[in-house]
Amino acid sequence: IRFILIQNRAGKTRLAKWYMQFDDDEKQKLIEEVHAVVTVRDAKHTNFVEFRNFKIIYRRYAGLYFCICVDVNDNNLAYLEAIHNFVEVLNEYFHNVCELDLVFNFYKVYTVVDEMFLAGEIRETSQTKVLKQLLMLQSLEPGVHPSSPVPQLPRRKTPSRVWAIREGAAPHGLWAPAVGGGHFACTE
Amino acid sequence: MSDIVEKTLTALPGLFLQNQSASGPAAAKASFSSRLGGLVRGITALTSKHEEEKLIQQELSNLKATVSAPTTTLKMMKECMVRLIYCEMLGYDASFGYIHAIKLAQQGNLLEKRVGYLAVSLFLHESHELLLLLVNTVVKDLQSTNLVEVCMALTIVSQIFPREMIPAVLPLIEDKLQHSKEIIRRKAVLALYKFYLIAPNQVQHIHIKFRKALCDRDVGVMAASLHIYLRMIKENSSAYKDLTGSFVTILKQVVGGKLPIDFNYHSVPAPWLQIQLLRILGLLGKDDQRTSELMYDVLDESLRRAELNHNVTYAILFECVHTVYSIYPKSELLEKAAKCIGKFVLSPKINLKYLGLKALTYVIQQDPTLALQHQMTIIECLDHPDPIIKRETLELLYRITNAQNITVIVQKMLEYLHQSKEEYIIVNLVGKIAELAEKYAPDNAWFVQTMNAVFSVGGDVMHPDIPNNFLRVLAEGFDDETENQQLRLYAVQSYFTLLDVENVFYPQRFLQVMSWVDASLSFLDGFVAEELSQGAAPYKPHHQRQEEKLSQEKVLSFEPYGLSFSSSGFSGRQSPAGISLGSDISGNSTETGLKETNSLKLEGIKKLWGKEGYLPKKESKTGDETEALPVPQENIIMENVDQIITKNDQSQALTQSKEEKEKQLLASSLFVGLGSESTINLLGKADTLSHKFRRKSKVKETKSGQTTTAQNMTCSSFSSSSNVTYEEDYYLDHLQDRGDKEVKKFSLNSELLDSESLTELPLVEKISNCRLSTPSLFADNNMEVFHPPQSTAASVANEISLAASLLEETTEHMHSDLMEVCNNETISVSSYKIWKDECLLMVWSVFNKSASELKSANLEIAPAENFKITEQPGCCLPVIEAESTKNFQYSVQMEKPFTEGNLSGFINYQVMDTHSVQLEFSVNLSLLDFIRPLKISTEDFGKLWLSFANDVKQNVKMSESQAALPSTLKALQQELRLHVVDIIGNEGLLACQLLPSIPCLLHFRVHGDMLALWFRSSCSTLPDYLLYQCQKVRAWIDPQVPVPIPCFHPGLTRAFKAECFVSVFLSSRCKKHGKSGGDLVSKDSESPGHLCIVYPETQS
Repeated sequence: IRFILIQNRAGKTRLAKWYMQFDDDEKQKLIEEVHAVVTVRDAKHTNFVEFRNFKIIYRRYAGLYFCICVDVNDNNLAYLEAIHNFVEVLNEYFHNVCELDLVFNFYKVYTVVDEMFLAGEIRETSQTKVLKQLLMLQSLEPGVHPSSPVPQLPRRKTPSRVWAIREGAAPHGLWAPAVGGGHFACTE
Repeated sequence: MSDIVEKTLTALPGLFLQNQSASGPAAAKASFSSRLGGLVRGITALTSKHEEEKLIQQELSNLKATVSAPTTTLKMMKECMVRLIYCEMLGYDASFGYIHAIKLAQQGNLLEKRVGYLAVSLFLHESHELLLLLVNTVVKDLQSTNLVEVCMALTIVSQIFPREMIPAVLPLIEDKLQHSKEIIRRKAVLALYKFYLIAPNQVQHIHIKFRKALCDRDVGVMAASLHIYLRMIKENSSAYKDLTGSFVTILKQVVGGKLPIDFNYHSVPAPWLQIQLLRILGLLGKDDQRTSELMYDVLDESLRRAELNHNVTYAILFECVHTVYSIYPKSELLEKAAKCIGKFVLSPKINLKYLGLKALTYVIQQDPTLALQHQMTIIECLDHPDPIIKRETLELLYRITNAQNITVIVQKMLEYLHQSKEEYIIVNLVGKIAELAEKYAPDNAWFVQTMNAVFSVGGDVMHPDIPNNFLRVLAEGFDDETENQQLRLYAVQSYFTLLDVENVFYPQRFLQVMSWVDASLSFLDGFVAEELSQGAAPYKPHHQRQEEKLSQEKVLSFEPYGLSFSSSGFSGRQSPAGISLGSDISGNSTETGLKETNSLKLEGIKKLWGKEGYLPKKESKTGDETEALPVPQENIIMENVDQIITKNDQSQALTQSKEEKEKQLLASSLFVGLGSESTINLLGKADTLSHKFRRKSKVKETKSGQTTTAQNMTCSSFSSSSNVTYEEDYYLDHLQDRGDKEVKKFSLNSELLDSESLTELPLVEKISNCRLSTPSLFADNNMEVFHPPQSTAASVANEISLAASLLEETTEHMHSDLMEVCNNETISVSSYKIWKDECLLMVWSVFNKSASELKSANLEIAPAENFKITEQPGCCLPVIEAESTKNFQYSVQMEKPFTEGNLSGFINYQVMDTHSVQLEFSVNLSLLDFIRPLKISTEDFGKLWLSFANDVKQNVKMSESQAALPSTLKALQQELRLHVVDIIGNEGLLACQLLPSIPCLLHFRVHGDMLALWFRSSCSTLPDYLLYQCQKVRAWIDPQVPVPIPCFHPGLTRAFKAECFVSVFLSSRCKKHGKSGGDLVSKDSESPGHLCIVYPETQS
């Protein structure tokens, strides 16, 4: 993995994790390029796009694009599913995650990323284990507030919950604020 | 929607509250801590980028003041860091905070440290100088007893760590490999992996510990170690072959579901782990049979188990296929993998289709047939709206480019190139095009034009090797000096033209190339000077080009259809006769904007001239002549009979849209020459076969052909049945049938074609033989009634018996009938052809009619241009006794394809020591004499088909009654001696070979009333000639070419009917060939369509 990006449709970065050395300017350029490359693509297109000497595997969840930049020889579908795995963990961690969760807790999202991807590789794929570790870290936080992400023992998900996260879904419950919510009017 | 808004509203204050509560009761701190929420909200409420910038700059200056203020607590610093990260993420410079991030990581409590580390990992990169300040913190944390601190330290080490400081932490991390907590071990392994990536030498000594990690009881640790192994094995697989067993065992356990359920992802056990292992196995098994054998089982199981319809199973399958094709091949697995690829390619899911293409690209060199199976999908993907699919398709095509399909493929690549703006894609494509052009360029003009396109699009970005190589080619050239001159000349001319165009800017590098070419090629100076001296520098070359163009056009005008295998596709043109004729050498496609060279055109012209200037004339001539013979209208009735069939065919034809046809044509031009290796093998085999026979032939001669090869099995079994009585019976039987059932709509044609029983085939064959080699007609027993024997009755009788005896000898082979080629009072020379598998054997029988013996009889065959004639030994006695026969045998090989040729020779002899007599004769040979069925499988057919560059197409319009596939097939099989390879739907595949071993394939499709014939061969002229033969046969296929049909008086006897029929049949054929015999037939002009036969002997 060369980098992980989460952007919304307007190109606002929600998360940027680099596993390769880039200058700040370069990073910004990459972000813009990825946005340009990914957003123009049709829903009927593949989830893969060539990008410089790499390729980007992306997946759209409502208004958010989750992009992973990998080497051209890497297994596309494996990373595509890694994205979904990541989103499922986020969903579990934030309880029906939405774009707002990611915005206000972006540093927590970074923690999740670090638990699942490390040194540019997929480190942990077991959702149970990731959530356990996150829970452990969460417990360090003082004064856990009821409405903040409540660490709970991970449950085996019921299918309906997992499938509630649908790729590319039009204003779907989960991610709707990113699309039509008043808070993000400017981003549209 | 409402509950989301609700959620949002309830979440927001909670967040601030949380922050507030975390930062303590102080009011200042409270306002401070809510800043993140405020910032986020503030930014999202803005409407312009400019406002956002203003807000963030303001925020940043606030933060700058705060972080550097000595009063700022660590807690406040933590909040500041979070906001700094946010600003940095949005693309603003927060470098003033970097040092504070390090400080925070160093000094803060657990929570603050975490934010500090996070900020560091996001702000800094590996070679950032500030990173050195972090080393001490990391070392301290690694030694901490707090698990979380150790975890954080390991995490940051795996992300960014200065290479030169590795030794400082390495021992500590090594220790962690033995840590009791698996999470620590896992992270330690990944930290070592990171070290391996940035400084492999520094971790060499701990390879043994990696092995320990591989055997760790925790799956996560083991999985982490695989990252390292994958890297190491990639670099040097031989050092890790001993681990193959372990990897296989692990994979077996994973696939078998032995892992904790935690690792399941959508009920697939540890998919990423499986993929990782498969990759490793692929690397280990590469070119190593023994290692590969270890993994066959587990690969098979993986393929079998991955049956769930989920992306992640497809990810595993894809990797599996990749591995199967990487390792030492095992046919069983390859078969399964190929099936998998098929699933991918044909999947409606676009991602899977793309991966299918990728897989095809990977395997195409190993298994070109797989690409052939999916060629239509590939063609569709070439125009797919998703550019990545297009790109992958081009990549696929790039791998199969050869001299035959280069123009089409490069054209496609150029099209894509002109559309793409991405520099990386342009660089990549331009490099590939240049490489292909240099490798396979069909001619100078094309090469120069292609390179011009390459330079003008990619000139600024391309690899400098490309212009360098190009200039080297120009300067050094090839072996042929005139060729070089032409190339250079053409290059310069093309540059003149390009520079003539105003307001066009060419990349610097292209201009450099142009000027280099002009400046340094001294031989061109004269040319340039000349232009200049004439004061019309830009005009002259243009003029010359015009001239060139004109001359090209002139040449082209001979060529009626244009070499139109370009992207527009091939479209047959309808000639008035309802025949569309087209021909192409697919290597010859006309590039839009590219011009044909002379050499190419000549090639095409020669070929087409042979066909167009010659063939259609012939065609119409035969048509006219036969049209002169009245045709019974009853044919139409026939049509009703077959209507159901043809309707069916028509509906099929309708579904075959024009687009699809174009695609098919494109496919054929793209996949030309694919599978050439297999072709070579096949041809090689054929060669050795024929050699074998050639060597054997002497033995064979004496034994008179005891060997039947696969190729003439059918024929040989037929030929034994050739005897006169049977033939007559045959006619009689069939005539009676006709008399009973369909006297009026009788058509010999359809009857013959429709004949299903195998036993009938030889007869048909025989008739066609008679017809096709005209002279032999007159030797046919059936003909004798109509054809007054030129020799005495006795000699005829003799001949017949002789023929019989000869035929006995040669029953193994197909042969023609005995026919007299010349005679005088003393001798009679007859000849017949034996169509042996490996050659045509001509036998001349010299029969001595006189009562005295002939001395020094000698038969010589004049050398003919197109034939290689070898005298067969065993008949060299120069004396022919009285009333005896002597045979001279010659094996004839065709050296160059032709339609019809003549073999002439003479015989001289002496009668009773008197004068020497010389008698000349000649024999016609047809191309068909050298055509043998080629028995190949459908698969071989496919391979061969694609490897042949020369093809000829023709659409023949047929009446509906004839349009049925089986009948056409039969006709082709019988008339042209084609082997029917396969029948698929309304398409037929046939194959034959021109001796000694030039294969020719025929693909034909019946749709509606059209018969589309498509020949392909490795020989450029053979398809044309065969097509010509087909047209001759067409009289049999196509009832619109009138065939005389007798109309009988009901009172006539059966035998008489039969005779009449045969006579009409034969005489009309004879007439067509310009021989007489038509006397027997008189046409009743009053009632066209009826034929009255005047049979001279009975006068009825």
